[in-house]
Amino acid sequence: MYPSKTYITGFLYLGLLLVLSLGLNISLGSVNIPFGETMSVILGGTAAESSWEYIIWEYRIPKALTAILAGASLSLSGLLMQTLFRNPLAGPFVLGISSGASLGAAMLIMGVSLFGGVAILGFTQDISLIVASSLGSFLVLLVVVVVATRIKDTMALLIIGLMFGSITAALVSILSYFTEAEQLRQYIYWSFGSVGNLSWSQLLLLSLVVLIGILLSILSIKSLNALLLGENYARSIGIAIRKSRYLIIVATGLLAGSVTAFAGPIAFVGLAVPHLTRQIFNTTDHKVLVPAVLLYGAILLLLCDTLAQMPSSSYVLPINAITSVIGAPIVIWLLLRKKKMIF
Amino acid sequence: MGVNGIGKSTLLRTLGRIQPELKGKITLDEKPLDEYAVKQLSRKIGVVLTEPLSTRNITVSELIALGRQPYTNWIGSLSTTDREHIKEVIMLMGLDSLKDKKCFELSDGQLQKALIARALAQDTDLLLLDEPTTHLDLYHKVQILKTLQQVAHKTRKIIIFTTHELDLAIQLCDRMLIIGPNSQYFGEPCELIAQKNFDTLFPSDLVRFDASTGTFKIQ
Repeated sequence: MYPSKTYITGFLYLGLLLVLSLGLNISLGSVNIPFGETMSVILGGTAAESSWEYIIWEYRIPKALTAILAGASLSLSGLLMQTLFRNPLAGPFVLGISSGASLGAAMLIMGVSLFGGVAILGFTQDISLIVASSLGSFLVLLVVVVVATRIKDTMALLIIGLMFGSITAALVSILSYFTEAEQLRQYIYWSFGSVGNLSWSQLLLLSLVVLIGILLSILSIKSLNALLLGENYARSIGIAIRKSRYLIIVATGLLAGSVTAFAGPIAFVGLAVPHLTRQIFNTTDHKVLVPAVLLYGAILLLLCDTLAQMPSSSYVLPINAITSVIGAPIVIWLLLRKKKMIF
Repeated sequence: MGVNGIGKSTLLRTLGRIQPELKGKITLDEKPLDEYAVKQLSRKIGVVLTEPLSTRNITVSELIALGRQPYTNWIGSLSTTDREHIKEVIMLMGLDSLKDKKCFELSDGQLQKALIARALAQDTDLLLLDEPTTHLDLYHKVQILKTLQQVAHKTRKIIIFTTHELDLAIQLCDRMLIIGPNSQYFGEPCELIAQKNFDTLFPSDLVRFDASTGTFKIQ
């Protein structure tokens, strides 16, 4: 947009912060590995203990990359939803994507006990959990897209998304009522969210989907900027509203759905990061905001994951809780300081 | 012009294809309006609506720049021509001192000017404005309408707007359309006065048109 202010310093800071928090995230963990050793392993060298190499390459680096992908894509989908629904409270899950994923996961984990499938017990492994939750979020997304073709009003779509969320949450409660304690525990663990446990091949798949989502978002930048004026104005400056709305919804579905499938529902990041970003980059131009939220989201989730890991202890706190515990006060503080929600 | 609820805005919004036509056909440059692609139409018609902007956290120049979207590339980068157009419009509307202000910092009159500037930046032959002077004081009403008149005469654009400012419209408009429940009159303001067409504008129980002053008087 105009004037083409440069936000180079802002991006430099964010880039630097990303590198720092990545280093911090990788070098801290339940096992104490000296920082120098960590660096030498990352740079392709060897460590004093060979188990350290294994920990870093097979656990910490995939985990850090997952945190980057998850943080970036959740934040981007939050930005897309806030602009599409012109609502500062919108997040990646307003379309019912996470509740769809929860339903998928719940059906798999708890349905097993309901339908007495002792034989299917082998199913409840990570990979089938991923399949089930992606199916769940994809189905909900599909319904939302079908509804979107019939409904002209974007606000109605928002409410319908929220209603789908309630329905699936209710179904999950019903399922849990009939479920054995063991399965319930498994489900609750999934709902804690975790960026660990991803293999390199799963990571590749996740990054592929996230990449497509980012590309679709970049293609939507022009219409996102136009939507800032409202739908009627956007149409009057040549934006095909329906088409751009699909594009944005599908991008959100891919971004938020894939992350939820692989890492469980991670709350708050998608809602908060766009607001935090607008504090640094005082613009509404999505050409600036899209890359900025990607960076900011990645940094925030890396830091949250570092904390959740509880360095030097064997405890791992649920990341879903950490993101809210850390993030919510930040937003409250920002609002108290600035006294208004910039949107 | 017309009383509240007679369909001024509906007519204007239908002309701008913001809402579908109820009946009849609209053609623009001898081509039916609904055969235009959205993008094509955006180079023909610019609009200023009564609905508020979705965000007010946008600077005046960013807002005006969005008017260039019909001409920009897939990601919306501004060319030199686009920038020149924007500069020109900012000068024309006297917004130079406000161009880096956010829209929430503007007064109603300033915001209206910025919205008109955005529509002008779109560089269309036809400009549709829905009640551009509501909520403004007399001075700013005149200022907006006077600027519109100058723009219309200088750039040979067609500017259509709905309004309740009878006396100002009579003085500033080239042609007026009076919409009544049973009759419509279209012509130059002095013709309409001579033909007593304004008498039908409102129900006659409370106000009466006074041809000598060009205003309505309370009965």
